[in-house]
Amino acid sequence: MQWETVIGLEVHVQLATKTKIFSGASTAFGAAPNTQACAIDLAMPGTLPVPNGEAFRFAVMFGLAIDAEIGTRSMFERKNYFYPDLPKGYQTTQLEAPIVGAGHVEIQLADGSSKSIRIHHAHLEEDAGKSLHEDFHGMSGIDLNRAGTPLIEIVSEPDMRNAEEAVAFARKLHSIVTSLGICDGDMSQGSMRFDVNISVRPKGQEEFGTRTETKNLNSFKFMEDAIKLEVERQIDLIEDGGKVIQETRLYNGDTRTARSMRSKEEANDYRYFPCPDLLPVIIDEDYIEAIRQDLPELPDARQHRFAKEYGLSEYDAGLIAADAATAHFFEECAKACGDAKLSANWIMGDLAAKLNAAELTIQQSPVSGALLAGLIARIKDNTISNKIAKQVFEAMFNGEGDADAIIEAKGLKQMSDTGELEKIIDEVIAANPAMVEDWLSSEEDKRKKKMGGFMGPIMKATKGQANPGMANQLLEKKLREKL
Amino acid sequence: MDRSDIAKLAHLARIEISDATVDDVARSITDVLKLVDQLQSADTQGIAPMAHPLDAVQRLRADQVTEADVREAYQAIAPATEDGLYLVPKVID
Repeated sequence: MQWETVIGLEVHVQLATKTKIFSGASTAFGAAPNTQACAIDLAMPGTLPVPNGEAFRFAVMFGLAIDAEIGTRSMFERKNYFYPDLPKGYQTTQLEAPIVGAGHVEIQLADGSSKSIRIHHAHLEEDAGKSLHEDFHGMSGIDLNRAGTPLIEIVSEPDMRNAEEAVAFARKLHSIVTSLGICDGDMSQGSMRFDVNISVRPKGQEEFGTRTETKNLNSFKFMEDAIKLEVERQIDLIEDGGKVIQETRLYNGDTRTARSMRSKEEANDYRYFPCPDLLPVIIDEDYIEAIRQDLPELPDARQHRFAKEYGLSEYDAGLIAADAATAHFFEECAKACGDAKLSANWIMGDLAAKLNAAELTIQQSPVSGALLAGLIARIKDNTISNKIAKQVFEAMFNGEGDADAIIEAKGLKQMSDTGELEKIIDEVIAANPAMVEDWLSSEEDKRKKKMGGFMGPIMKATKGQANPGMANQLLEKKLREKL
Repeated sequence: MDRSDIAKLAHLARIEISDATVDDVARSITDVLKLVDQLQSADTQGIAPMAHPLDAVQRLRADQVTEADVREAYQAIAPATEDGLYLVPKVID
């Protein structure tokens, strides 16, 4: 049977405010445990929450970015459950009247097509603390620094049909919130976490299958993997005559396996009710309009601008524009060296590979946009070949200085001295009579390609420093003299 | 409200209701629900739901750190702590 996958996402985005959503405690990452957990975060009796205006401003920015209706009168509810990292015994969240209503996000797929994913709504809520289950004499340790950190939870409609679409959607959200500057986007620190609802149904069937929810995925790779795993599990289960039960599942990235966490129908009775501690929050049109006017450039607009202003392909422009920091790096480099295409290629190629291997973000890159521009300028003026450039880049990445200093220090300047190059080409021709014979006896239209065979030995003899264009020209001249 | 409803609610609220009092509690809660039923019979067509009994609007706070680190004071009254963490009976889903 042909199966169709149906995927919906719930995305938790930590907002980059300085303080918590309901208290004036700091949200800075990495502080000693419980040093940023105040009386409100600890749910001490007699405390009263006061919402952080900045959290609302950030949520409204997100709403405007996804073309959503903004809730001008939003409210908070209590979602009740017991867990030690939630001292109040309830999470303050929004249910009936969220700050952000229905909107949509456009995603682009590898085949060049695009698709609109509907957002059901997005609401403000507080994060919980962290439980550490390492052994504390058979007890669990609780750190409440994260408790009360503002989140927006973005809830999509079940509009995605495979892992690729889900990952493209997740990446696009990441791109939007980091471009807006409302989230630092650092997934390794849990700044964005994904819950994925997955079901399968026979192709053509209208009705949805029973769904499961895989919780707390914190990387795009894990998300893709977890979806594939769960889709396969559901299809196998049904084809073997079984039934999918509605449940929460936990994915383990280390073992690439998932297990059932708890059965949903039994445990999740959250008994929501309006929070009596918080009044309705009223947001007026002038406030929304002012935020709209100040909205930073969004990824889609940036992509189109890069394509238009710098002559990049829409595809390249999309890759570069997706991340605000990468986009900034690119503009700095392209403006300084005057070659946008080469800048884009280096950033997406060698730089991305190096950063990835060193587990660095582009903000932490040892090679700045200006430094990379210096290297590209030397490729363009033929001081070095592309091959040597890679060597210079490696040295730049290791902090050995700028391109000019490295080229000078290592003697990497391209050999453009005709006399010296001519001598080497003569030697290569003399050393390879069979290749010369083959070239001479070839049809004219095959000769160009056959010259490639000589380039290896020439580059070897010049330690890669021969100017390829010049070497090619000289070689052809010398071979033709033998005709 | 029967005994199993009460048992479920008690579990969700993490409170203990002894067997001897379950019937009493069930009866009391059923009485409260009757009152709610009576309220629900009122015609509320065209009336905006009331989010809060106070007719006021929420004040928002500026995003400035106002809370100092008082971990020591809070941990002094906690039953168990270690390395700055609050210790609780082990919980794993």
